Order: sequence, then structure tokens, then C-alpha cells
Amino acid sequence: MEEKIIRTQGIYSEFPRKGPSAAPAATHYCPGCGHGIIHKLIAEALVDFGIQDKTVVISPVGCAVFAYYYFDAGNIQVAHGRAPAVATGVSRARDCVVISYQGDGDLASIGLNETLQAANRGEKIAVFFVNNTVYGMTGGQMAPTTLIGEKTITCPDGRDPLTQGYPTHMCELISTLKAPVFVERVAVSDIKNIRNARRAIRKAIEIQAEGKGYTFVEILSPCPTNLGKNAVANNEWINTEMVKEFPLGNYRDRTAEAERVERTTSDFSTESLEKLFELDSIAAPIEHKDPNFKESQVKIAGFGGQGVLSLGTMLTQAAQAVGKQVSWYPSYGPEQRGGTSNCSVIISNDRIGSPVVYHPDLLVAMNRPSLEKFQNDVKPGGIIMYDAIIGDVELPKGVKGVAVPAQDLAIQAGNPRGANTVMLGVMLGLGLTGLPEEAFQTALAANFAKKPKLIPMNLEVLAFAQKWVKENVK
Amino acid sequence: MATTLVKGNTAVVIGALYAGSDCFFGYPITPASEVLHEASALYPKLGRKFLQAESEEASINMCYGAAAAGHRVFTASSGPGISLMQEGVSYMAGAELPCVIVDIMRAGPGLGNIGPEQGDYNQVVKGGGHGNYKPIVVAPNSVQEMCDFTMLAFDLAFKWKTPAYVLADGVLGQMIEPFTYPEKAVVPKIDTDWAVAGIPETRENLVTSIFLNFDQLGKFNDYLQEKYAKIAAEEARVEMLNCDDADIVLVAYGISSRIAKTAMDEARKAGLKVGLFRPITLNPFPVKEAKALAARDKMTFISVEMSNGQMADDLRLAIECKKQVKLVNRLGGNLIELNQISDAINAAAK
Repeated sequence: MEEKIIRTQGIYSEFPRKGPSAAPAATHYCPGCGHGIIHKLIAEALVDFGIQDKTVVISPVGCAVFAYYYFDAGNIQVAHGRAPAVATGVSRARDCVVISYQGDGDLASIGLNETLQAANRGEKIAVFFVNNTVYGMTGGQMAPTTLIGEKTITCPDGRDPLTQGYPTHMCELISTLKAPVFVERVAVSDIKNIRNARRAIRKAIEIQAEGKGYTFVEILSPCPTNLGKNAVANNEWINTEMVKEFPLGNYRDRTAEAERVERTTSDFSTESLEKLFELDSIAAPIEHKDPNFKESQVKIAGFGGQGVLSLGTMLTQAAQAVGKQVSWYPSYGPEQRGGTSNCSVIISNDRIGSPVVYHPDLLVAMNRPSLEKFQNDVKPGGIIMYDAIIGDVELPKGVKGVAVPAQDLAIQAGNPRGANTVMLGVMLGLGLTGLPEEAFQTALAANFAKKPKLIPMNLEVLAFAQKWVKENVK
Repeated sequence: MATTLVKGNTAVVIGALYAGSDCFFGYPITPASEVLHEASALYPKLGRKFLQAESEEASINMCYGAAAAGHRVFTASSGPGISLMQEGVSYMAGAELPCVIVDIMRAGPGLGNIGPEQGDYNQVVKGGGHGNYKPIVVAPNSVQEMCDFTMLAFDLAFKWKTPAYVLADGVLGQMIEPFTYPEKAVVPKIDTDWAVAGIPETRENLVTSIFLNFDQLGKFNDYLQEKYAKIAAEEARVEMLNCDDADIVLVAYGISSRIAKTAMDEARKAGLKVGLFRPITLNPFPVKEAKALAARDKMTFISVEMSNGQMADDLRLAIECKKQVKLVNRLGGNLIELNQISDAINAAAK
């Protein structure tokens, strides 16, 4: 009789990635290990559903870190515990079939967060969780699934729940989440169980082929080497002891109602980017030539809510409108939390160095603490604009002070929240920054672009403040 | 040429979008969160993929996955988060995966605070994870460069199949400056030579960093070092201002270089021959140019940094300690002060 060899589908016939070997078709797994059977069941399902070409198998640290020796599909080897995150990255980028093949230490200990989060997001990935109650590759240490009383290298007297906690039940945990489509626990400990495992694995793969979402299949599997048992005894132990702690069965199946999860297609065109950023609405700079223009360094400070930062951005926008070099930098860090805020604006014809203003040409102080904090930094010949509401002030010598009733003027102009725009108008009226009126108007329009109703209101405040300057400032 | 005002953290995302990035995975942390916010708003509008990860470990490993699939992916974080990502970056270097990581530095160690500092220099430039690797590191100093260098980082990461950092700080992230949009967007193509993209052409491909055989891993490490040597020879970039006649040179990157420039301008006004040496790439460090300056008869280097001499060490190595390197720094979340630098210049000029 002719010998008939039925080759496993979806697994390479030889394993050169193992390196030179006297037995190129032998796996690296120990005799009696369950990984071989599980690999075979998964690989055959990939072939049967015709998805080998579009499958990516992810193998994290553990005995199956070398799964890529075997699976005839795309393979990615990853860090300990991170497979569900990597799988998420692949799946989001490509929308292909992604398999995360993990052991108990990897999935339920170091990678528990990644495991639960990916499950909770309902990622389109198939997680195959090989539970053999022990760290295999690392050398037989206690795993999250080690049974009570079970001896390992790191619980030599047997797992004691008072010091080492209880076994972690992953199917039960994952089936508390809403998103997973299919959750089942199976075993590969005898023929009947292997048949049942085959069914569950195929179902998980089929769900992936249909793009329906997250599947989790836990497989109780023997590790004779680390459990110190022979293969037969290990399988018997699974069937008698392990299943008591980890009952076999289905924990979730919403395959019937689950629908394909669609992913978007990335648009890379320059046109779409230009549309997104509304580049055609960006105006060309206003022509403005002023041979006497001098660099301005401005510090604006006050309480949070006084519009300090937006006064700074409006001034910045005005400078940008005429094509000046300009920088805006907000107080940032601890100061921000103290209820006062400040920002630096530098307007120049030349490339700007430090965006932080140390010695302002112009200080705008909206309250007394800000005035007192910064007034001594103002350059000789510089100007301090402050809200007149502050009252009597003693300014440093050689500095000109302008008391602006900003709050009052804003109210008079019909815009009580416009004190900062008043300051902007006074700056304009005093010709402090060398920028033309049109630039300030453009700045207001840009600043309130999202609330267009406020534009005419603020333009009025701007004009009102300029008028105030003409009538009141010598 | 469309020019408008943009915030530094936004410019990073604009750069990534124009560089053909279609995946962003990140976890919130001040002062890098705005990059996450902008990505969450912008990526989906172009069908591109944004996901807020459960942790920095997850972020970087999602990046690992998308990068392994051949996509242009990036993430952004700050010191404590970068510390957590180091495992993933080491794996990327080992698996030769391109990815861009933006570090908007804050002050440490530990929880520190959210003020600007440059204390991540060592953990970023030296390759803060395990193993013999060095990522490419570019250091912008303006809003425009936050965009342009993010694009550059993608180019370099893909050219050399290695993770690349954009090393910036809280100030650069928060600043607003005029910004000119890139002219043309990159339309990326999957490199089927190495990517594992779930398509027939890449079925044979494998992304891995494990070499059980010591000799093989030895060879692979030698190959990596050769690659890094080529990167060092070809990719070092520096901006030198007023260095031609200078006998005092300020060495600074990022926000420190902006303040150093002001100090230089003031010193020049006072008649001092001060220049600015600004590494654009911190790895590779512009060794050749630094050496040439050190070969002059008279030269004092002043390393201006918001870290404890982390860059000054690299400078000393670059110039083989042939000239004095003074350190001016400030730690803890406050910006370095102009007068600190000016005082150091004046002391050196005496």
C-alpha cells in the first residue's frame, strides 16, 4: 500500500527560519506540547476561508514567539504583552485579518491592560489565548492562571491564594465587556476536545474573514515540560483538574447579529488638505511700507478672563496681516495656574530670536499685580498702558504711563467684554506698534471668525478707543 | 504660498498630514496633548486613523503595528510618556521600523512639572531603551520647523528604516508664529520589500527583532552600527550663525537656541565676536562642523541648554575636548534667561 501523507495546510512544509537544523520539518516545541495542534487548527482555517494572503499573525514573547517559523502568512514578532496593541495598529492601518497568538503570562499578566482594552474597543482581531498555567519559555514560573496549590518554580510550595492571589479567568472577564463578538474556552487535551477546539477556532477565523470584530478563544493546553508530567498525564490533568477552575464552553456568541465593521480609506491628496485647511481663504499680506518701522516687544498681562491672551493673538494677527515677522508666546507652566496670565508678542522685520519678552517696549497691564510684576522690566523710553481702574500708580522713571479706562470705555462702546479690544484700539491710536489700521481690522475679523456677530461690535470698540486717544491723550 | 498663524503643536500635525501619515496613536500628557487633540480633529476628516490608546506602551506598540504594516505612523508625548515608550522604540530599532515620535519636553525627573525643559536629551538622543541603537533626532526651533522637521523626520525614518524623533519643548508647542503650508503632500506607498501588510506580495515577509543565534545577532548589530555610521556621515545638519569670525560660540537647540540667538545679537551689538551653532539633528550630532570650530586658535564654546549638561557632553565628545565647553543652563521648568547667557558671554570675553 502506498504511503499517503496529508500535509497541514497553511503551515510551511519546512521551517528554515529556525536556522540550520538536522530536522528542518520539526518544530521547536517540546514533545507533548499543545502549540503544534493549535497552530495546525488555525492554519487550516486560514486556508479554508481563503484568507492566507490577507492575514497577519502576531507572535509576542512566550514559547510561540517563533510562531513565524510556521505560519504561512505575514508575520510580526512583538514585545511581551503588547500583541493586542500591535494588532490594533495593523488592523487600523490595513483592515486585514489579524491574529494575536498569546500565552497566559503574556496575555493575562504583563499584557492584561492591552488585552482588555483591545477587547473593549472591539478591535477586528482574533486573539488565541493558550492557557497552560505556567510561563513556558521563561522557565516554569507561576502564571496568572496557575491553579491553587499548583507548584511552579516561583511557587514551589504550590500557589497560595493568600499571597499569590487566585487564578485569572480571562473568558469570564472578557465576556463582561460589551464589544466582543465571540468568546469561548476550549481544550486540546483529547480528540473530542480537539474537535471542539477546531470548531471554535474556525468560527473565530470566519468572524475575522467577515470583518465582524473581536474574538477570543482560550485554549487549555498541555505543557508537560514545565508541569513535570508526561503528555498523557498532563492531558488527564487538564480534563480533571484544570477544567474545574476553567470551565469549557461558550461565553459569548453574537455572530448572528454582529455586522461587518467598516474602516475608512485614507485620503492623501494635496487638494483635500488644502480644502481642510481652507488655504484659499488665507489672504495675501496687506501692502504696507513704513521706513520708520521699529521692532516692538510687547508684554500683556492681567487676570485670567480679561482677554490677555487673545489681545496678544489679535496683535499677532495684525502684524501677520502686513507680513511682519511675529511671535506670540503665552505664560505657560506654574504661572498659568495662579489666576494671572501673560503673553509676549514680538513684531519685527527680522527673524525673531527669543519669543519671550524680557524688556518690553510696551507693557499692557490689565491689573495691579501684573503692573507691579513687570513695570520695572520696561525699557527706558518704553510705555506702560494700564487700566485706569487700578488707581494711583508709581511708575519707574523714564517710562511713559497711559491710564486707559479700558473697562469703562468697553461698556460705553456697548461691549462690556471688550476691554482688551479697547487696549488694542489705544495701541493703534497711539501708533505704538507701527501697524496700520487695516491690519487691526483684519485681526479682529480673524479673531472673531468663528463668532462673526462679534466682528462689527469689536470694530466699533476699536474706533471708539482711537477716538478716546485723540481726545484724551497728549 | 499660504501663510497664516499657527501654534507649534498644530504645525506638527500639519507636517505629519502632508508627510502622508495616516495613523496616529497617542495618550494624553501635558504639554503634548494638543498634538493629540489636533490629530483627533484632523485625521478622521481625511479618512485617516486616529486612536487614543490606553497608555504610552500601547501607543508605541500600535505605532509598531502600523509601521510594520508599512504605514506612516506617528505619536506624540512628553518626558514621562517617552520613558514608557522606550521599550517599543527599542523593538522598532531592532525590527528596523520607521516611525516618528514627537517629544514635547517638560520638566523632570519623575512627575516634575509641565514647564519647559530639555532634560529628555539623553533618553531620546542616546536611545533610551535597551540595546545598541540610536534613533534619528531632529530639533525644530520655530513653528515652521515644527511642521517642516516632522516631514523631515518621516523622510529620514523611511529612508533609513529606523524610528525618528522630533525633539521639541513646551514653549515651541505653545508658540504662535506665521506659518507657510507645505506646497505638496506626500502620497505614501507601501514598501512590499519589508512591510507585512496583509496582501499577497507581503505574505512571505517577517518583521522581527529576535535572533536566537548569538553570531547572527552579532552580525545584525554590526550591520546596525554600519547603518548608524552612514546616517552620521550623511544626515548631520546644523545651522551656523555668525560663526565665521566668532571666538565665542553658543551651542544650543530648540527653544534655547532662540534665546541664544537674542543673546548673540546683543553681544554682536556690543562688538563681541559671538556665533551660534545650532544642531538641527542631535543624532547624528554635527561633529564635523563642531570639530572645525574647535580647530581654531581661539574658541570658547558655551552650551546653552535647559538640561544638566546632557548636550554639553556630546559637544565635548564631538570636539574631543580640544576646547573649553562652558555650560549655561536652567532646570525645573523655567526658561533660560537672556542675562544668564549674556553673563556667560561676557565672562568668556574677558
